[in-house]
Amino acid sequence: MTLEIVKPGLATTVQDLGRPGYFHLGIPEGGAMDRLALTAANMLVGNDDGAACLEAVFMGPEIRFGADMSVAVTGAELPVMLDGEPRETWTSFNVKAGQVLSFGFLKEGARIYIAVSGGIDTPLALGSRSTYAIGALGGFEGRPIAAGDVIPVGTADPVAASRSVPQDLRRRPGKPATLRVLPGLYWHRLTEKSQQAFFDDAWTVAPEADRMGYRFRGGQPMEFVDRPQPFGAGSDPSNIVDGCYSYGSIQVPGGLEPIVLHRDAVSGGGYFTLGAVISADMDLIGQLQPNAPVTFARVDMDQALAARKARKEVIEQIRQALT
Amino acid sequence: MSDIQSPLPGTFYHQASPEEPPFKSEGDDVAVGDVIGLIEVMKTFIQVTAETSGVFVAYKVDNASPVTAGDVVAELK
Repeated sequence: MTLEIVKPGLATTVQDLGRPGYFHLGIPEGGAMDRLALTAANMLVGNDDGAACLEAVFMGPEIRFGADMSVAVTGAELPVMLDGEPRETWTSFNVKAGQVLSFGFLKEGARIYIAVSGGIDTPLALGSRSTYAIGALGGFEGRPIAAGDVIPVGTADPVAASRSVPQDLRRRPGKPATLRVLPGLYWHRLTEKSQQAFFDDAWTVAPEADRMGYRFRGGQPMEFVDRPQPFGAGSDPSNIVDGCYSYGSIQVPGGLEPIVLHRDAVSGGGYFTLGAVISADMDLIGQLQPNAPVTFARVDMDQALAARKARKEVIEQIRQALT
Repeated sequence: MSDIQSPLPGTFYHQASPEEPPFKSEGDDVAVGDVIGLIEVMKTFIQVTAETSGVFVAYKVDNASPVTAGDVVAELK
């Protein structure tokens, strides 16, 4: 069973739920930028939650199916076509060998997940099929897919067509998107005025946003509490003595444009991090287009944990709706 | 008349670099596959190409302005 790539789209990669456990060695967790959407796509075609899918950003690939299989496309609203005929997003459909999947212009969101029954069956690398392109690790030869690639697919029976995720469970960012933030270790480095401004200001996604991190602009430059810079830190007040970065942490080089580190981020460095976007909202970042409006909302640990639980419940509700 | 649409969101440029002239000017012939402009997104530049041939009329968005997928960026006749 295979998929033949006719057109690759833009930086389309094989992704699963990632490879936790190596971040201390500098190898990021990787995996889908919108894990809920990937999980839902797998459920729709009868795969395990963490089976590998194709993640495409902003524009879709064109794919010829090498065998009969079930397919689902979740995440962004990118019109889906099978041999030119429209198909629904977030809904399973069956394809015959030789049929071609293609996409129209992006309407909403940023990333789609294309799941096929049996899952993408590239070799595991450190326990995951996720593509970490900068490290040439995992996925299809460690890189985004290209025209002419033949992608292996696992063997599985097709599932019923027209299984669909209910609309209210298709989690997506609002307009503006609200990203909840837990202030962190270096929060005290900002003046009270800048702490408040970070949450009050209207931000937009900068064009530099990618799988490593999402950059935001439009808010006021940040002011720092005066201090003699410690030995080993750079002279800029946004510098610290090198420290660990977490998934979701927010660094602000020069105090100007916050960057939220995402799935393929570096694991440490010399910028202060004011806090972190909570894990429950990281999926939403994966669906933000350049220039999308964003506000940050302050939460405490109890609220962050409640949000994590609520997100897990949405995944279970999707599972129940499909069984 | 045919419109050229941006295939993806980002920043649209009329020229390959600030020192160079725009890819097309009014009255230029356009062949299928000709580069009309560039979209910058995720630290990369993606070429916007013509899918039909014709004669270039005008850019429909300013140089270096934000676009979303499906926006008409140029017009041919």
